[in-house]
Amino acid sequence: MSDGTETQSKARIQLRNIYKIFGKNPQRGIDLLNKGLSKDEILNKAKLVVGVSDVSFDIFEGETVVVMGLSGSGKSTLIRCVNRLMEPTAGQVIVDGVDVTKLNHDELRDFRRKKFSMVFQSFALFPHRTVVENVEYGLEIQGVEPEERRERALNSLKLVGLDGWGDHYPANLSGGMKQRVGLARALTVDPDVLLMDEAFSALDPLIRTDMQDELIALNDRVQKTIMFITHDLDEALKMGDRIVLMKDGEVVQVGTPEEILTRPATEYVERFVANVDITKVLTAEDVMKRPRPVAYVKDGPRVALRKMRESGLSGIFVVRQSGELVGHLSAERAADAARKEDKWVDEVTDREHVSSVPLDYPVRQLFSLCTSGNPVAVVDENQILKGIVVRGSIIAALSEANQDYHGSDESAPADASNSAGSDLSGTEDGVAVSAADAPAELSADAAEEKEANA
Amino acid sequence: MEWIPRLPLAQWIESLLDVLTDALAGLTRAISAVMQTGIRSFVNGLGGMPWWLLLLILVGLAFVLADRKVAIGSAIGLFFIWNIGLWDPMVSTLVLVLLATFIAIVFGIPLGIIGGLSDRFYIVIKPILDFMQTMPAFVYLIPAIPFFGLGSVSAIMSTVIFSIPPVIRLTSLGIRQIDHELIEASDSFGSTTMQKLLKVQLPLSLPTVMAGINQTIMLALSMVVIAAMIGAGGLGGEVWRAIQRLRPGDGFEAGIAVVIMAIILDRITQRIAARDRK
Repeated sequence: MSDGTETQSKARIQLRNIYKIFGKNPQRGIDLLNKGLSKDEILNKAKLVVGVSDVSFDIFEGETVVVMGLSGSGKSTLIRCVNRLMEPTAGQVIVDGVDVTKLNHDELRDFRRKKFSMVFQSFALFPHRTVVENVEYGLEIQGVEPEERRERALNSLKLVGLDGWGDHYPANLSGGMKQRVGLARALTVDPDVLLMDEAFSALDPLIRTDMQDELIALNDRVQKTIMFITHDLDEALKMGDRIVLMKDGEVVQVGTPEEILTRPATEYVERFVANVDITKVLTAEDVMKRPRPVAYVKDGPRVALRKMRESGLSGIFVVRQSGELVGHLSAERAADAARKEDKWVDEVTDREHVSSVPLDYPVRQLFSLCTSGNPVAVVDENQILKGIVVRGSIIAALSEANQDYHGSDESAPADASNSAGSDLSGTEDGVAVSAADAPAELSADAAEEKEANA
Repeated sequence: MEWIPRLPLAQWIESLLDVLTDALAGLTRAISAVMQTGIRSFVNGLGGMPWWLLLLILVGLAFVLADRKVAIGSAIGLFFIWNIGLWDPMVSTLVLVLLATFIAIVFGIPLGIIGGLSDRFYIVIKPILDFMQTMPAFVYLIPAIPFFGLGSVSAIMSTVIFSIPPVIRLTSLGIRQIDHELIEASDSFGSTTMQKLLKVQLPLSLPTVMAGINQTIMLALSMVVIAAMIGAGGLGGEVWRAIQRLRPGDGFEAGIAVVIMAIILDRITQRIAARDRK
């Protein structure tokens, strides 16, 4: 959510009170809306269709904002108002300080060439041009020299993994490949903003997932500001830094995926997200605990044993001085080593049977990893131990999330709903807190209980 | 119902045509004279060629523009026409058809493009096209004479009027039926109107435009035959003479030659259209 003045300076796209009304004399529709008439009344009385109604939000530089809504919610109309493929009836679209709605025909054309690229639901590849001719279209109409544009187009094709497909015609490509071409075509002009209108909606589910992953990875490299339209909540949750939820042309909620899921603003959002598995969006980072005492590779086995004894653990993670994870050491092995007078923990550490996951690992998969009993290590990309996850901490995080979720109607802060909460939630919380540091068997029991409840 | 006066529609049209002829006759007669010379030298040029050379050229064109099958069929058909002694009328009919089609394309495609881009123009032009196409073909022959005089120029002009609707209509249609997202894609990259037209709209509507040209040629062929009544000559002239002398055999011979020409022209243009579609 955009709050305050400090973030506004970085806003790349600012949408201010956008309206789009279809029909004759659309201005009248705005007057009627301001008088408080509903869309159905306006349709019946004035024969005007309200496509987008008073939409305002910002998209910050480098951010991916997903505009989500069912068909007819006005999301595709909205994205076309941004580059004025449709003229907004009222409101401002400010891109990098320039009000797009004020540009004349020629200025708009230049602005489109520099700022925007669009990717379309049904790919919109030109069937009479080869793949590479499609990809270089944007540069061609800008008058870039043939050699240079060909080179840049081939680079884009490489970027999307279509090296060597340049001379084929779009008709010979599969759906996923076609949309890669669409993406390459959009990237070739090196725009500041990518507008993606249901870009993956026409693809098979498996290919869609691949494309989502690839776009995320690709955008790590090219760092574009992306406005992404979808009707698929899972896609929105996966792709969006923030999500704008639309219904009947209006924005219902703007927020991060977590906010949308855990604090739905209205009953509509709540219903919308009701059948989303909350474990899908929470990641290992959200549920991990601070690593309990760790053993260093140069500790002796007795030191490691003492650390375990002091915090009541049956095992300990072993790290280097840098914090890099080496392995896991159980109390039995440490005791064994102490008896045999082994000098370093390093020599007895179990390096094979340790499960470690990255920070963004989804919680759903963590559940199955945790059943083995041992805690799971959470590491960053340099293998530095950042936290640990025991089954109990997952449950604790989930019960928190669920409480927010159920308590949202009163829009009360989380702790208030906690004290006023039902017996059940209180108990869950109690179990979860103790389970967080309890031996594995105990927390596994608690997890089953929780699963039975759910 | 005698108290309702009869509309003097015929008088109105005639006085309108009179006004137009008075105003334009000088110009149209001049055009006519120039064209007449052009057509004559064209016909004489082609007709002056040895028949086998022209046949080879036409078959070669069929091979290049279409394929071997069409070329072989054309060779057989054209040889047959020569064999029944209708070579010269065939050549003059061919010249008239090609000229009329050429003029129809020159005017029809730009009009069709405007119709494809402008809804308002399309709404205006659509009933006019319907009118032009459904009006019995003979009717056009009458006003053509005061403007262009008897002969092949009048024939060509009325043929153009009769045969131009398909190429206008299908060019408009071809541009209109392009997937809206493709137009949006072109716009979203900042194409100018001309870039959009030349790089996206025209190439994509080409198969439909070719279908329009094909229909225009077919209509032109049928009209050129009818135009024999105002002295267009050619195969139509042969048919007309057969009617006047009541010789069904001669009539059918000329008719069959027209059919052969129609098939050859149709197959060639269809192959071109099919090739564009790929």
